Amino acid sequence: MARIDLQGLRHSYLPNPAKDADYALKQVDLVWDDGGAYALLGPSGCGKTTLLNIISGLLAPSEGSILFDGVEVKDKSPEERQIAQVFQFPVVYDTMTVYDNLAFPLRNRGVPENQVDARVREIAEMTDLTAMLKNKAAGLTADGKQKISLGRGLVREDVNVIMFDEPLTVIDPHLKWQLRSKLKELHQRVRITMIYVTHDQTEALTFADKVVVMHEGWVVQQGTPVELFERPRHTFVGHFIGSPGMNLMPCDLTDGGALVGGKRIDIAQAVTEPKAGARLELGVRPEFVTFVESGSDGALPVDVVGVRDTGRNKIVETDFSGHRVRALVPEGMPVPEGRTGIRFDPSHTQIYADSWIVE
Amino acid sequence: MSTKTTNQKAWLLVAPVVILVAFNAIIPLMTVVNYSVQETFGDNLFFFEGMKWFEEVLASERFHDSLLRQLKFTFIILAIEVPLGVAISLAMPRKGFWASVCLVLMAMPLLIPWNVVGAMWNIFALPDIGLLGKTLNSMGFDYNFTRQPFAAWATLIAMDVWHWTSLVVLLSYAGLSSIPDAYYQAARIDGASSWAVFRYIQLPKLKHVLTIAVLLRFMDSFNIYTEPFVLTGGGPGNTTTLLSLDLVKIALGQFDLGPAAAMSLIYFLIILLFSWIFYTVMTRGEQN
Repeated sequence: MARIDLQGLRHSYLPNPAKDADYALKQVDLVWDDGGAYALLGPSGCGKTTLLNIISGLLAPSEGSILFDGVEVKDKSPEERQIAQVFQFPVVYDTMTVYDNLAFPLRNRGVPENQVDARVREIAEMTDLTAMLKNKAAGLTADGKQKISLGRGLVREDVNVIMFDEPLTVIDPHLKWQLRSKLKELHQRVRITMIYVTHDQTEALTFADKVVVMHEGWVVQQGTPVELFERPRHTFVGHFIGSPGMNLMPCDLTDGGALVGGKRIDIAQAVTEPKAGARLELGVRPEFVTFVESGSDGALPVDVVGVRDTGRNKIVETDFSGHRVRALVPEGMPVPEGRTGIRFDPSHTQIYADSWIVE
Repeated sequence: MSTKTTNQKAWLLVAPVVILVAFNAIIPLMTVVNYSVQETFGDNLFFFEGMKWFEEVLASERFHDSLLRQLKFTFIILAIEVPLGVAISLAMPRKGFWASVCLVLMAMPLLIPWNVVGAMWNIFALPDIGLLGKTLNSMGFDYNFTRQPFAAWATLIAMDVWHWTSLVVLLSYAGLSSIPDAYYQAARIDGASSWAVFRYIQLPKLKHVLTIAVLLRFMDSFNIYTEPFVLTGGGPGNTTTLLSLDLVKIALGQFDLGPAAAMSLIYFLIILLFSWIFYTVMTRGEQN
């Protein structure tokens, strides 16, 4: 059990990195509390697996430090760090039985056989593997094998953190949900820090208490799913999380509000003056765009250009003085046609300067 | 009722292969079968003899001796080459410049023709002028492969190990390279020792390539002819007369076509039988 601090982590796979672009991890400062469920979310190649391997000790960072409960572990091996990892593709010891697989980490550490037995049975019970303990691990299905991987992590009582590297990649869709709930349930039971790496926002948002969003080697935001949704700190978070993503359009600032295409848009929170010459954008999620009578107070004139039905709601695409703005209309509500008006919810409208939020 | 259209023209596509296989395998094999049941005289005179040659060969002490020598040779070289090959492949670098250098060096012996290997070792091991033979003798070892059976055997085995261990190395290296990194990472996290990594990750993953390696080396070593022929011609005495050498002596030396043909067939069945046993044992448990 441990609190994890990552301070000034940078990593490059090149021997002599010079510029930012040479780094797979550009700058990471994070604090992870003991017993939390965290997700590391980002597209392929954003540096999340690199970060994971640095925490587990499979990779040494070029710069920065990793503290477990305040103790530097940078030079310690994965074994000494007492971590567990579940990989993207199931890793089981094929020739061993399920029982021996689960017992393996304990036996390697010289735990007496009677304790091994008790612990293995307990973990098998937790991970629903009891019925298969005597089977050869090679014969199990992909989700069974991932349970073994997970079980090998849980079986050690002194484990500091369990990490998951896109563990559901090879699992059948109908079992994904089941395994994810199992994970969540196990986390609540054992309260070990868990870090879950994924590029799937549904997986991240349903598993984690806190989600860390990564983009091109940067941590762009750390927050609860609600924070990520309601107040994205970076335009990347805005369009990566949510379906469809945030509407973004270039804007100017005027006293207490924004100007887009000559129209004034109210913003609830006052914003500080951004750096001169910064590229300003206004962002609002489709969920916070509502249709109003055109010509009414504060209405922005738009033309409806298309409608997509997602089942639960309709995505209405509109054209607002040359910018594409999407709005969500719940099932059963009328969908306007032709020229109409929209309104942005001022408390959920944000201004971004060079992609970062202005507050 | 289902209608099935058969296109007879498809036979034209297989025909070249059928003809090729017929000429290089089926027809020669059938010729041997034909010889094996007949007594041959000059002027193309043949008399049917039934199973006589088979009974004779199977009962002959000469055949027993050469078969025993053959089995001894094959099992010795397998016992050396397979573990040695695996050990070398484990020690080889996985990537970078030196990995390529090692691979090229390893492939080298495989490119040398059999009789050249035989000739090379023959000269190398000559007790009066060969580098190896002379050095051993000057160090006080009495080594002369032309008159000591043990020396002849040792030279023959050293030659085969030198020539063919590379094959096992290359196959096993390829097998090791195909193991995903995640396995090694998981093993490190689980605190596995290097022996445990070998025993539970590398060896199980090498099982298939090692099956192939053992089968190839078994069949090849059972067929070995050129090296002992070039080294001592089967001597001293008959001590290195392996099956193939004996067969050639009967067929072309004594021109006993019938017994030679019967012996070839028995020889062939033995290889088939052993290969089947190896394969079955090494892949058992795979089906369930």
